[in-house]
Amino acid sequence: MSSTDNAAVTQRGVDTVERAAASPDVQQPWAELGLKADEYQRIRDILDRRPTSAELAMYSVMWSEHCSYKSSKVHLRQFGAKQPVTDALLVGIGENAGVVDIGDGWAVTFKVESHNHPSFIEPYQGAATGVGGIVRDILAMGARPLAVMDSLRFGAPEHPDTSRIVGGVVAGVGGYGNCLGLPNIGGEAVFDSCYQGNPLVNALCVGAMRHEDIHLAKASGVGNLVVLYGARTGGDGIGGVSVLASETFDATGPAKRPAVQVGDPFMEKLLIECTLQMFKEHLVEGIQDLGGAGLSCATSELASNGDGGMRVHLEKVPLRDATLSPEEIIMSESQERMMAVVHPDNIDRVMQICAHWDVTATVVGEVTDGSNLQVFWHDELIVDVPPRTVAHDGPVYERPYHRPAWLDARQADEPTAQRCPRPTSAAEFSEHILRLMSSANLCDREWLTSQYDRYVLGNTVAAMPHDSGVVRIDEASGRGIAVSLDCNGRFGALDPYAGAQLALSEAYRNVAVSGATPLAVTDCLNFGSPEDPEVMWQFAEAVRGLADACLTLGTPVTGGNVSLYNQTAQTAIHPTPVVGVLGVIDDVRSRITMHGARYGDSILLIGRTREEFAGGEWAHVLHGHLGGTAPVVDLAAEMALAKVVREHSPLITSAHDLSDGGLAVALAELVLRNDYGVSVSLSDTEADGFTMLFSESVARAVVTVAAQDVDAVRAACELAGLPSALLGVVSEERSLVIDTDAGRIAISREELAAGWSSALPAIMA
Amino acid sequence: MSARIGVITFPGSLDDSDAARAVTAGGADAVRLWHADTDLQGVDAVVLPGGFSYGDYLRCGAIARFAPMMGAVIDAARDGLPVLGICNGFQILCESGLLPGALIRNNHLHFICRDQKVRIAADDTAWTADFAAGQEIVIPVKNGEGGYVADERTLDMLQAENRIVARYVGNPNGSLRDIAGITNESRTVVGIMPHPEHAIDPLTGPTADGLVFFTSIVTTLAARVGA
Repeated sequence: MSSTDNAAVTQRGVDTVERAAASPDVQQPWAELGLKADEYQRIRDILDRRPTSAELAMYSVMWSEHCSYKSSKVHLRQFGAKQPVTDALLVGIGENAGVVDIGDGWAVTFKVESHNHPSFIEPYQGAATGVGGIVRDILAMGARPLAVMDSLRFGAPEHPDTSRIVGGVVAGVGGYGNCLGLPNIGGEAVFDSCYQGNPLVNALCVGAMRHEDIHLAKASGVGNLVVLYGARTGGDGIGGVSVLASETFDATGPAKRPAVQVGDPFMEKLLIECTLQMFKEHLVEGIQDLGGAGLSCATSELASNGDGGMRVHLEKVPLRDATLSPEEIIMSESQERMMAVVHPDNIDRVMQICAHWDVTATVVGEVTDGSNLQVFWHDELIVDVPPRTVAHDGPVYERPYHRPAWLDARQADEPTAQRCPRPTSAAEFSEHILRLMSSANLCDREWLTSQYDRYVLGNTVAAMPHDSGVVRIDEASGRGIAVSLDCNGRFGALDPYAGAQLALSEAYRNVAVSGATPLAVTDCLNFGSPEDPEVMWQFAEAVRGLADACLTLGTPVTGGNVSLYNQTAQTAIHPTPVVGVLGVIDDVRSRITMHGARYGDSILLIGRTREEFAGGEWAHVLHGHLGGTAPVVDLAAEMALAKVVREHSPLITSAHDLSDGGLAVALAELVLRNDYGVSVSLSDTEADGFTMLFSESVARAVVTVAAQDVDAVRAACELAGLPSALLGVVSEERSLVIDTDAGRIAISREELAAGWSSALPAIMA
Repeated sequence: MSARIGVITFPGSLDDSDAARAVTAGGADAVRLWHADTDLQGVDAVVLPGGFSYGDYLRCGAIARFAPMMGAVIDAARDGLPVLGICNGFQILCESGLLPGALIRNNHLHFICRDQKVRIAADDTAWTADFAAGQEIVIPVKNGEGGYVADERTLDMLQAENRIVARYVGNPNGSLRDIAGITNESRTVVGIMPHPEHAIDPLTGPTADGLVFFTSIVTTLAARVGA
């Protein structure tokens, strides 16, 4: 942008601090920007005058639900208050992402974040920029991003709009991650009509660094320079945060396309390499990515976390649209931008590194000895605010909440044999298993996962469809991590407190069965409107449940994201607290997968099976039923299972957790994903065949061990207080054979595979 | 002295560190080269790695072909320098004119990443000397624009001159005549769409089959020195 253009804008009249002070009665569009009357009044009280239009833009976007967590904050405090004592946590909640010590001087940072609303409007770009945003958060901690995961929720498979969203989201996650060069190591994709108008796109990124490389978002040191580098600033995503993420979609449908950001993964790749080089040479005093709320967020976060003020010269920001007003520049959510605070001695080298990677870099400001964040447009002061009031002192709501009146009736509606007829013959059992395996939520994910690069960087030890993604961090020692991302929203709909704990329980189990030690948690809390007291109750219960369970398991919540307003008109999504668990493995060569069993190995079921079908896949697929009591949460058993698996990993030839669809689905998956069959009998188990096969009780896994190791592993289970059952053997014949009280179920691999592999392509056809 | 093999990094290269790791695992020294330089530093061979050079904007490999370092590579390749182009590297070789044909959007229009069975057809190139013709290997394929195309005459010529290096067993992208990789007349320049550098250790890849490409070049270079 030339200075003449800027001069033209200035002449049109910029709302300066001086002008604001002199014109207190000017009508301002605070309501259109999403502020409430009392919030606007608070801004006036803070500044002791009316805000300028640029200040109004900053406050409105930073005080939006998405940025300020104003409805959720009072509840989220529990994650700190109930934080378990652990040596592993190096950086906790509040920074761009939490950091965990995994030993040998290595630190790992990971976080999951939502990009739900943009992904409904523009599935490809919404999902793509969701990946881009979370990767920059990880980068801003000083870490090299290592891998991504995605947890996705779509509407009903048969709905005409579903394939548009699935196709766009999957292509977007893949298109961005593949071009960025990060392996996608796992996640989930779930179909349910409650997500029809509110698909969920939750993206996780994990990165690693040496302890001494941890960086924080703060601007300190008077005279230090503020460098903006990366993509030029454009008009994309202006107001995206406040307009999109904090408003419910109304019946008129989306007409807000320009508010969705557009991603450029190539630029992000350059940004990663150039930033890592700056870290390596210790050139950066503080750093912040530009995501939601763009410059408003980056400048106010950096300034409020530092020990001085900051001055920014907005006309220096490189633009790709010369007509943008200062208010638009400050709100723009253009992607692939970072802001670093650099000592003047290092500025030449920083600019050199950016030039080497062809990345535009501009000094846009400096750290001052004042206390305010001041933004100038040419020589005119257009923002003069205490930065904390923008970044951290946003409104906090104690929103009213109460237990939904309808919940008692839903919980009383158990999937009894009268309401949901159960299979009674071997033929019916077979039919139910086949219907489960070809259902949208249990069928083969290959159509989706084959669009993601899982090999790039050369450290992927396990990716989908394994229970967790496993990545090698240190090539010499083999030290690595396992990560899993899970949630069953139907459990949340039955009981949000238990639902959140069950999500954690499953992710913890998935990490444990890969032989890793679970260390820490990240969460993405997806809920409906906080203005609905019943939704707010669901949210409060889920947070309480998750915080309580994290305390018990000794795995702190290190950071995450809240996504509210996921509802269409009066209908909210199921409470969907997606939970990510990170674990460490001393040597990834000792990891356990669901492959590795040999013919003749014994198949053991570890864990207690109760009569628990409510919210499970069997009730959902066979009867479309959602009611009853969620499975019992048993964290002690979960910890015991993890310990047994970890301590006996050399004896365990393969392991697979039991979750969606229970034992029937886990056994079928073993047949489908290996070149062997399984032949088991349920005669010596603790419950009837139907319960054994379809219950979704927690803290269970099927493991295979050599015949001579059965006694040792079962003795360990007994010592740990876990029941175990010897179910049968790994057979050469590639089929699923189960002897039950109703007779022998025998399904060939071909029969299982037919519906299982064709279901997702059929949805997308 | 070990052979020295250069790995070029373009802006947007993604598999360059994987390629360097594979070069080392194959018994050579990996020399990292930068696209904007012109000095090949006396390397004995060059790998053009996978990725999205320059974002794959305009057309895959079309911009990378004009990188200063590619000028040096093109000249040296014409003088017999062995070059292996993997995925995006294969696209760059076609754009450079070092190999005939082109790579276009997959026929199913999706990016595809899967473990791919490939049959080695030519075991007498600089990069496949340690294979036996007809050998079947499994290495990852991952691309959005991996469909090999050329006119019928070129395809017939490649076949007649045994310049088809590897063929897909189960075509993943609509490549004509199941072509996964080809070589030039002097059998020193090889372009291959699937990724041997991602299959050098069963811990992190489907197999270690890909390692043979990197031991092959060491064999080839040793034979040259011996000759």
